[in-house]
Amino acid sequence: MSLWNNYGMNRRHFMQHMATAAATIPAMNFLSHVQANADVLKSSQKSCILMWMGGGPPTIDIWDLKPGSKNGGEFQPIDTAAPGVQISEHMPETAKVFGDLSLVRSMSTREADHGRGRYYMQTSYVPNPTVVHPTFGSVVSYEIGRNRKALEIPAFVSVDGGAGQAGFLGMTHAPFVVDNTGRIRNEPSEESRQRLGARLTMLDEIEAGFMNSRRGELPKAHQDVYRNAVNLMTSRQMAAFDVAKSDPMLGLEAESDVTRDAYGRNGFGQGLLMARRLVQVGVPFVEVNMGGWDLHAGVFDTLKNQRLPQLDKGIAAITADLKARGMLDNTVLVWMGEFGRTPRINQDVGRDHWAASWSVMLGGGGLKNGQAVGATDKDGVQIADGSKAYLPGDIWATVAHAMGIPINTVHTSKRGRPMKLANGGTPIQELIG
Amino acid sequence: MNRRSVNSAVWFSFVVLPAVALLSLHGELVADELAADKVVAGKAADESGVAGAEVSLGEFIDQQIRQGWTDNEIEASPLASDEEWVRRVYLDLVGRIPTLTEARQFLADKNPRKRAMLVDVLLENEDYVRNFTTIWANNSIGRGAPQRVSRSGMEKFYREAFAKNRPWNEIVVDILTASGHYEENGAVNYILAQMQMPDDAVQLTAMTTRLFLGLQVQCTQCHNHPFNKWQQDQFWEFNSFFRQVDKRDHRKLDPKTGRQVDDYSEVVWKEFTGPVYYEKRSGMMQVAFPRFQGREVDPGVGVDRRAELAKLITEPAGDEPAQLAQAMVNRTWSHFFGYGFTRPVDDMGPHNPPSHPELLKRLSQEFVAANYDVKQLIRWIVSTEAYQLSSQYGEKNRIDDPAAGEMPLFSHMYLKSMQAEQLYDSLIVASNAHQSGNGSWSAQEEQRRRWMQQFVVAFDNDENDESTTFNGTIPQALMMMNSELIDKACSVERGSFLFEQMSSPGAETQKINDLYLAALTRKPTRAEMTKMQKALARYGAAKLNGYQDMFWALLNSNEFIFIH
Repeated sequence: MSLWNNYGMNRRHFMQHMATAAATIPAMNFLSHVQANADVLKSSQKSCILMWMGGGPPTIDIWDLKPGSKNGGEFQPIDTAAPGVQISEHMPETAKVFGDLSLVRSMSTREADHGRGRYYMQTSYVPNPTVVHPTFGSVVSYEIGRNRKALEIPAFVSVDGGAGQAGFLGMTHAPFVVDNTGRIRNEPSEESRQRLGARLTMLDEIEAGFMNSRRGELPKAHQDVYRNAVNLMTSRQMAAFDVAKSDPMLGLEAESDVTRDAYGRNGFGQGLLMARRLVQVGVPFVEVNMGGWDLHAGVFDTLKNQRLPQLDKGIAAITADLKARGMLDNTVLVWMGEFGRTPRINQDVGRDHWAASWSVMLGGGGLKNGQAVGATDKDGVQIADGSKAYLPGDIWATVAHAMGIPINTVHTSKRGRPMKLANGGTPIQELIG
Repeated sequence: MNRRSVNSAVWFSFVVLPAVALLSLHGELVADELAADKVVAGKAADESGVAGAEVSLGEFIDQQIRQGWTDNEIEASPLASDEEWVRRVYLDLVGRIPTLTEARQFLADKNPRKRAMLVDVLLENEDYVRNFTTIWANNSIGRGAPQRVSRSGMEKFYREAFAKNRPWNEIVVDILTASGHYEENGAVNYILAQMQMPDDAVQLTAMTTRLFLGLQVQCTQCHNHPFNKWQQDQFWEFNSFFRQVDKRDHRKLDPKTGRQVDDYSEVVWKEFTGPVYYEKRSGMMQVAFPRFQGREVDPGVGVDRRAELAKLITEPAGDEPAQLAQAMVNRTWSHFFGYGFTRPVDDMGPHNPPSHPELLKRLSQEFVAANYDVKQLIRWIVSTEAYQLSSQYGEKNRIDDPAAGEMPLFSHMYLKSMQAEQLYDSLIVASNAHQSGNGSWSAQEEQRRRWMQQFVVAFDNDENDESTTFNGTIPQALMMMNSELIDKACSVERGSFLFEQMSSPGAETQKINDLYLAALTRKPTRAEMTKMQKALARYGAAKLNGYQDMFWALLNSNEFIFIH
């Protein structure tokens, strides 16, 4: 069977331009098909937006302040819309929407190295030389994305990221990395669009030989990725990446200056706005990266003047926007980095890597929000007595629960080893109620 | 005959040849170099103290690998065809596919020694220098643009080192003891790249052990590692060697704008004596003095600690060959086979036993005995039986699948994805663009570097780590399908490869053969030929467009992008 059979509307779409008719095309009405899909998309549409804070954010200065402690630093806590929950004074807009957000203040992970911490937080597993675990976005792509037949763009999009890997779930579930301008590099010219059909027919011939030559799974994975790439470059859902584009059929409007300003005219803000559009067209997992958190020196100035104003605006905007559109209950928000930062302030007025006691933020998704789960002690150096310590697996199990992915799901590594979803983590009871 | 090639003959002359292709690889060395070999073999054995030197290194390696096959009850794949092998060895050694001419030459060559001869030729090719310069510059400073680091300086350093085939230990010592202007002494750029944030040389410590010693000790910065033999005090003892390092970023006046702009950076000496202080998990402060493998260095005034480290780093670690040699052997093996003896290659130690410990040990000893001769190490590796094997597995060795997490048994060649630079250079070669005078080395490097940046994702942290979207995912596929680079490779303008090949007289079958040979280093199968002719027939008079689309398809294929 040819690779390019069963290609649905994408094939239909580019076949319109095709120079040759090398294969048969299933007849299909493109427009009504999309319309029908749009209805499906509106209902029971579960998605997750991960806000990834690369470098390790000082959660002690953002979500879990310690006024009066020697470790407390320069910032004061303020009240939020959630009764009893206080956050940093430099997060005033977020404080207003905190009824729809939650904190887990008793994260205790053990990896305080960037690479290892990132791997652990994103996969729930510590690095292991003999197996590559999928990041949670890839798990969502595998569990939810592959069932969204109308979705033509990748089910896992990473804005400004690049660390995630699909591991044993296969290359087709790897993150599609774009930058926050939404510009997709190397889109086809009109000429290559026209010649695509003929070229792909020949490509199919050449690839088949190598695929069947007993050289493992990679040759087939190559073909699968090409299939996704062709899907993408011939899809009108591409409009979701460009905040200036409207497509009423997909429910997308060109974003106004007011909206763009509200999210913040910076990479993180515009990335979040793009994430909302991607969720609108059915992408179940979008990761938006914000870097610059590795604050070994000058932590307070950097937070106050650079990081927190952008963070505050972005979180507040996405939360309010999703809510106004009735999408918040179907969209889980997750905010985390690879670890927190040392409660102790170092000689350069910085904070170093710290995994023993820190915070993660969650929101939306139909969770029981407006609360802080768990606590650290008065100096922030350990989990408070009587408070449960949480692992990344517990966070992702909570997300899985909210998205309707069965917690007892087990995947199989290439070696045949069973791998529990979220490393067997348990949904956080207080949040799922 | 120089010393290197004499050494290369040492084991060729004794090897028990398992198969025809090995004969052709090692064959004729036997007769004319036997006398010299005996002398050198004896000398090598004395230097390395290797027991049982009656078994030549080549024979020993092949035996060790074969033992793994026996123990796991598998049978190795047959030998790779000349087509498969020549493409592989070009990509591995010179970082690009062979040109149409080079491929034809090799395939037509009837000399039974042609494989060994090609290896020698390629090791003297300037693209060998370029390839290993790229690899080691990327290892040392990454592919991105770390602050205040001169990539051209780093590349110049490695280029000279690989061109002269300087001993690896000298190269590393130069890097670790470097100081000065980042273009005048390019070696300093390794250190500058590890000094992106003020961190008391923590990153420099972690990266140095990892890259040059194959040891991951970053975790022991904060606590003793439960498995790693390095403990927290050892991390800080090693760290204390680098505390005399400082950098100076110079600024200058831009006469056009009247503003201060970045000028050069340099690594400079910083006075530092006594111990470093670090904190135990318990909160207790500890001291650490400069010490490596149990050898202490005077912590007092007037001692250049990095110079002292340079002396210690090549010393054997007890019964084991110097870790510096083991790390390089492991990395280089992994370059050619896709997997080293440990996984990952830079996490060696008792907690992570190697797949072939005796092989690793002997090869490392011989590498030391050969005065850290990198070309020699490469010759040894590409001359192994394992490197001659096909990448196609059979029923009898399908379990040898490291991609699934199994320990590599090297019973067939494993697929490797081309690196972005290999792809770029291969496209240039496939389209003959390199022959149309694309400017100087540095201009070409600059072009490639700019193109590379689209795939680099920097993580903006103290580890200066990064990732690439040239990883087999959609951005790579889009580039391969639609980019200017691929358009150029498939150009049919006058002077282009396609135009010259396809507009010249000759049968259609010959042209299809040439396209396959240029892209995949093989001719099409009979079935492929039939299908491609059929496809071409649809183009009618626009045959050149047909060849163009065919070349596009060949370059976009899985067979093209995987080194096999």
